[in-house]
Amino acid sequence: MAIEPRKPPSLLLPRLQRALGGRTGWSGFVLQLLFVAALAWICYEIVANARANLQAQRITAGFGFLANTAGFDVSQNLIPYSGSDSYTRVFLVGLLNTLLVSVIGIFFATLIGFIVALSRLSPNWLLSRIAGGYVELIRNLPLLFQILFWYLAVLAALPNPRQSISIFDSFFLSNRGLVIPKPIGTPGFEPFVVALLVAIVAAIALSRYARQQLFQSGKVIKVWPYVLGLVIGLPLISALIFGAPVSFEVPALKGFNFAGGARVIPEFVALVLALSTYTAAFIAEIVRAGILSVHKGQMEAGSSLGLQRGSVLRLVVIPQAMRVILPPLTNQYLNLTKNSSLAVAIGYPDLVSVFAGTTLSQTGQAIEIIGITMGVYLLISLVTSAIMSFYGWRISRSMG
Amino acid sequence: MKRVSLVVTLALAAGLSAQAASAQTLKTVKDRGMLSCGVSQGLPGFSSPDDKGNWTGLDVDICRAIAAAIFNDASKIKFVPLSAKDRFTALQSGEIDVLSRNTTWTLSRDTSLGANFTGVTYYDGQGFMVKKALKVNSALELNSASVCVQQGTTTEQNLADYFKGNNMKYEVIAFGTNDETVKAYESGRCDVFTTDVSGLYADRLKLANPADHVVLPEVISKEPLGPMVRHGDDQWFDIVKWTLYGMITAEELGITQKNVDELAKSDKPEMKRVFGTDGNLGEQLGLTKDWVSRIVKSVGNYGESFERNVGTGSKLGIARGINNLWSKGGIQYAPPIR
Repeated sequence: MAIEPRKPPSLLLPRLQRALGGRTGWSGFVLQLLFVAALAWICYEIVANARANLQAQRITAGFGFLANTAGFDVSQNLIPYSGSDSYTRVFLVGLLNTLLVSVIGIFFATLIGFIVALSRLSPNWLLSRIAGGYVELIRNLPLLFQILFWYLAVLAALPNPRQSISIFDSFFLSNRGLVIPKPIGTPGFEPFVVALLVAIVAAIALSRYARQQLFQSGKVIKVWPYVLGLVIGLPLISALIFGAPVSFEVPALKGFNFAGGARVIPEFVALVLALSTYTAAFIAEIVRAGILSVHKGQMEAGSSLGLQRGSVLRLVVIPQAMRVILPPLTNQYLNLTKNSSLAVAIGYPDLVSVFAGTTLSQTGQAIEIIGITMGVYLLISLVTSAIMSFYGWRISRSMG
Repeated sequence: MKRVSLVVTLALAAGLSAQAASAQTLKTVKDRGMLSCGVSQGLPGFSSPDDKGNWTGLDVDICRAIAAAIFNDASKIKFVPLSAKDRFTALQSGEIDVLSRNTTWTLSRDTSLGANFTGVTYYDGQGFMVKKALKVNSALELNSASVCVQQGTTTEQNLADYFKGNNMKYEVIAFGTNDETVKAYESGRCDVFTTDVSGLYADRLKLANPADHVVLPEVISKEPLGPMVRHGDDQWFDIVKWTLYGMITAEELGITQKNVDELAKSDKPEMKRVFGTDGNLGEQLGLTKDWVSRIVKSVGNYGESFERNVGTGSKLGIARGINNLWSKGGIQYAPPIR
């Protein structure tokens, strides 16, 4: 008797039932459908009512304002901007300022966080207690208070521009920020960059080759002198042939402030300091938890292979700890980005300050502007999450 | 600040969707038993709380006068302190019934914000304050200066126009609230603090050594300050508008807090119209016949309020100047009550 191959049961129906909250049959489906319909109706009512009432009160609505002239200036702009540019440009200026402070804040927060975590786990009693004290002090004080502390208590105590602290007469530190010589590209700039890129690519190829050799034949090739020679030598040769790649515009005191040079404004410094030290305290605890989650035997196994403590941490423990560290670390990165909106308290021109602040007040279009701003923060957070997930995926893949 | 504007915006979205554009502000206020009045977060002379939490100032008196006209009780008010950038959203959302917060009347604010200005309570202009030690005598010497300003104000835009128009460079640092702005100026972050001239005098009082700071002579803009109400309620618009005109008319006729009861018995036709002993002008507004005497009894006439809050009788000591009556060399003028 031939046995009929049994058909695999259709997965669609049970899946649908599960999605509908476990109820079987049509009653569940109908309930869910009603719920979704009610939700859609409420959303529609909110939008339609808001629109009708905006019209009734003759409040301007829509996104036409984005093309209008902004008419106000901003203290820090990464792209050229003046008061005669549009609100769209203001939006971009604010967004870039937010991204700048977030990226730099995340970099320093991670760096400080790892250092503090490793210090706290160090066998050195004093070091571990100092690290512990740092974590407990910083994470238990409100962030806004810390921002104001750096801004009003530390940076505002710097001297005024006329009595600024000068280093080699080219770097000036005052309560207007740090003024540094500004590099200006000369004709030798392009060949210099090309030479540097070539040198870096060659150095990477060389290191890979050395690594391959190590794994295949066990030969240890001392690669760093060549790398150093390449990275320094090639650009140097380019500079000798084509001339120096940059010249420096040295700042000088002129009137109330320094003219020329590039400037790091104190609002930016205060914000980066506060955000990175504050977030670092949380990251330190996350990293410590991650490292402690790796079995002690791993450390001992590494040591018995003859590796030093630093190498054990770097090659054995931290890669395994990363799986535990990564999800809460992502949370901290997202927190830092969102916390950067506290900038408005110290006059740093971030997205919330110039767009959801000044632009909103000038145009009065609260719904559109708050909507855009929320959307942007959501997008930044989702992109950050995606990058971190990708990194996590790579780690778990490489560890099999 | 972010949280405030977010909450206000959500309230705006909810408010706009929940209730139809209410054309019944007077009824809402009466039902609530209280006027909700948007004021500043503390600008001496215009709206600031004293150490007991009582609000005083020229802008506050407008609200007190409205409350007096409606309830015959100038204390039935809830004051809502607002930053410059949150004020219009609070008005649009219905959180406040009237915005009386040293707000400059401009065309765009009168149209696109969905609100109307009801009149001018104070004719102001923008000026600059610097430390005396800088030895600056004119705003035209401010090239390359750092300027502290409160964001979301006409001041911020005038500043950009003025420096651009005079081919001067400057650095602007914009703060969310007036207090933060003044603090940054005092800490030395900026060379210059700019706002309306009346505000400069008021804020100078808050500094550690007011005598070390000087207000420069240039006035770079017109800043007519006045109360605002939402579009779509003409009756409420009239009430707020005529409250101010009632105060100005009282000054024109010499009606003061002291002699109001006496003059109310007057037989002069003009007085009878104003006090409602003849005709029903107050009722046409939606108020009572004795609305003017209610106002004057509680806050005095316009001149009295001015002198008490910002004039020579106050700490600010600002001269009446163009804010005097039209008949005394100023430009304050009320249409006739008839």
